[in-house]
Amino acid sequence: MAEVTFLEALRQGLSEEMERDERVFMLGEDIGAYGGAFKVTDGFQKKFGAARVIDTPISEAAIVGAAAGAAHMGMRPVAEMQFIDFISCAYDMLTNYVATARYRAGLATPIVVRGPCGGYVRGGPFHSQNPEAAFLHTPGLKIVYPATARDAKGLIKASIRDDDPVIYLEHKWLYRRIKETLPEGEIFTPIGQARIAREGKDLSIITYGATVWKALEAADQLAQDGPSVEVLDLRTLLPLDDEAIVTTVKKTGKVLIVHEDTRTGGLAGEITARINERAFEWLDGPIMRVTAHDVPLPYAPTLEDFVLPQTEDIVKAARWLAAY
Amino acid sequence: MPPHSVPDTRSETPAIPAELERPQLLEVYRYLRLTRVLEERLVALYRQSKVIGGLFRSLGQEGESVASAYALERGRHRDILSPLIRNLGSMLVMGARPIEILRQYMAKAESPTGGRELNVHFNDLEKGYLGQISHLGDMVPVMAGITLTFKMRGEPRIGLVYVGDGATSTGSFHEGLNFAAVQRCPLVVVAEYNHWAYSTPPEKQFAVKDLADKAKGYGIHAVTVDGNDVLAVYAATRYAVERARRGKGVHFIEVKTYRRKGHAEHDDQSYQPKEEIERWAIENDPVDRYVKQLVANGWAEESELAEIDRSAKDEIDQATDACINEPLPQSETALPGVYAHPPAAERLWFRGP
Repeated sequence: MAEVTFLEALRQGLSEEMERDERVFMLGEDIGAYGGAFKVTDGFQKKFGAARVIDTPISEAAIVGAAAGAAHMGMRPVAEMQFIDFISCAYDMLTNYVATARYRAGLATPIVVRGPCGGYVRGGPFHSQNPEAAFLHTPGLKIVYPATARDAKGLIKASIRDDDPVIYLEHKWLYRRIKETLPEGEIFTPIGQARIAREGKDLSIITYGATVWKALEAADQLAQDGPSVEVLDLRTLLPLDDEAIVTTVKKTGKVLIVHEDTRTGGLAGEITARINERAFEWLDGPIMRVTAHDVPLPYAPTLEDFVLPQTEDIVKAARWLAAY
Repeated sequence: MPPHSVPDTRSETPAIPAELERPQLLEVYRYLRLTRVLEERLVALYRQSKVIGGLFRSLGQEGESVASAYALERGRHRDILSPLIRNLGSMLVMGARPIEILRQYMAKAESPTGGRELNVHFNDLEKGYLGQISHLGDMVPVMAGITLTFKMRGEPRIGLVYVGDGATSTGSFHEGLNFAAVQRCPLVVVAEYNHWAYSTPPEKQFAVKDLADKAKGYGIHAVTVDGNDVLAVYAATRYAVERARRGKGVHFIEVKTYRRKGHAEHDDQSYQPKEEIERWAIENDPVDRYVKQLVANGWAEESELAEIDRSAKDEIDQATDACINEPLPQSETALPGVYAHPPAAERLWFRGP
């Protein structure tokens, strides 16, 4: 079996769902004739037709709103944000209309809004964002954030088949960097389940997305002379897998939360609160965070690398916490 | 001209326009009256503090709401419209029952949303109405998606979305209308120029004279009609609906009308000139104009209309009596239904049973 990239795995998942279910269709900017800014949907319009792979105007609110309307009528739309930074233009539609539809009106709105997120690629302030925290606060939405090729495929399938609206975040740094040999047959990653990416006994790193790989790298380095690190890859951010979080906390007693998103109001705060409520007595040290600095993400390599969490930051923090 | 509209020369009754027949004219009248009586009842209930939140009137705009909805195909899984707060009449036409609206306003457990949402914010997609959210303009993209689906499936159905003059200032209105125009969705937009967006007059809202001028920028068919002329609105909507159904894309109908009450019942309308309100009430009430037209043309007897008035009042009386003493929802019903899975939100520890 050949290795596939994260991006190819995602493509496979999308394509297989389009083949499986004629209710699935896609809409977004430049996704059809051009195949998408990152070529995620390259060849899709030729294969599935222009009616199912729709090139839209630059109108994120209309893309999400139209997806919602189609979903009410029984369709399974997959809306692409060309860069996930632009999802903010659809914030009202997602948080006020889509997220509340089932609760206030009994309307099923099974849409997927997906797009490339994340930094480490010199994209600057508007092509590098991680928007999860802005939507974590909204009951009615689900958020998934795969870190592996297998989960890229498994979670896009789960998201398309889910009866609730899902924001699917795909880290562009992982698109072509991550390669994996996928098993034959159906790959499906259930929403709401975290994954132990590495077993360890002294300290737990709870993370997701690109920083899963940085945490694993850090764990490797620490294996020589430092703590034995367990890495929990959350995979789904909303709803959080509380059981998996509590289990790893009870196992190691020390928690380092790592995310690429900025610090204040980020996901780490929510995870910290949950551990405090559910596993306080099991802690042997303060819950610590390694995150981006609280600034818009700058462009120059020297600036971006300084602002974003790096492997060496995780190593340093883990050593400090292990010694606590 | 179809046979049923051939003028009856013996009685010199003018032909009924827009391929309507006499029973339909009376049915339209019944919806107009039902809307007005229902809203008047809601005012009484509001003053008795039975209405939990705000109350929104469509006084003076009932004509365009009822007439535009009446031009749609109704029945299970036919056309779909998305009403605004002042389109109660359009919902009645599509089959919403007065008791549902009464229960909504009084936040009853048995209301269509189980007390979760306000007033006319509810839907029945089978009957053909999709409730609005409060963020104006947002229903345009959503209705673009609904009508895009009709087109994708080759279904001969159309959608109609109402927007107010104020909502045409929003980004969602622009994005949704442009998207629908490009996709040639079978969508009819009824833009209500009712002169007041809360307290903001048109000249503070946009720099064009007519909203139809805005529509020209989207490359769609646009027309301006007298919104208080019931049959003119019906004819314009009927034309737009038929063209949209034939694949001619988005149609935009501007209806010029006037909001005679405040934004909501609490609003003292201090910003609206009294004489302006009175002039519209005396000279240009859509129901009065319609009645005069029916009677003057010999299309209806005054006694028939009086009988409809009585029956509308009876219907609202019965609906009110049936629900006024119903309970509010049980508190715990606040938790289920945010998601399909999980089925209910967690009950927090400090609210233990």
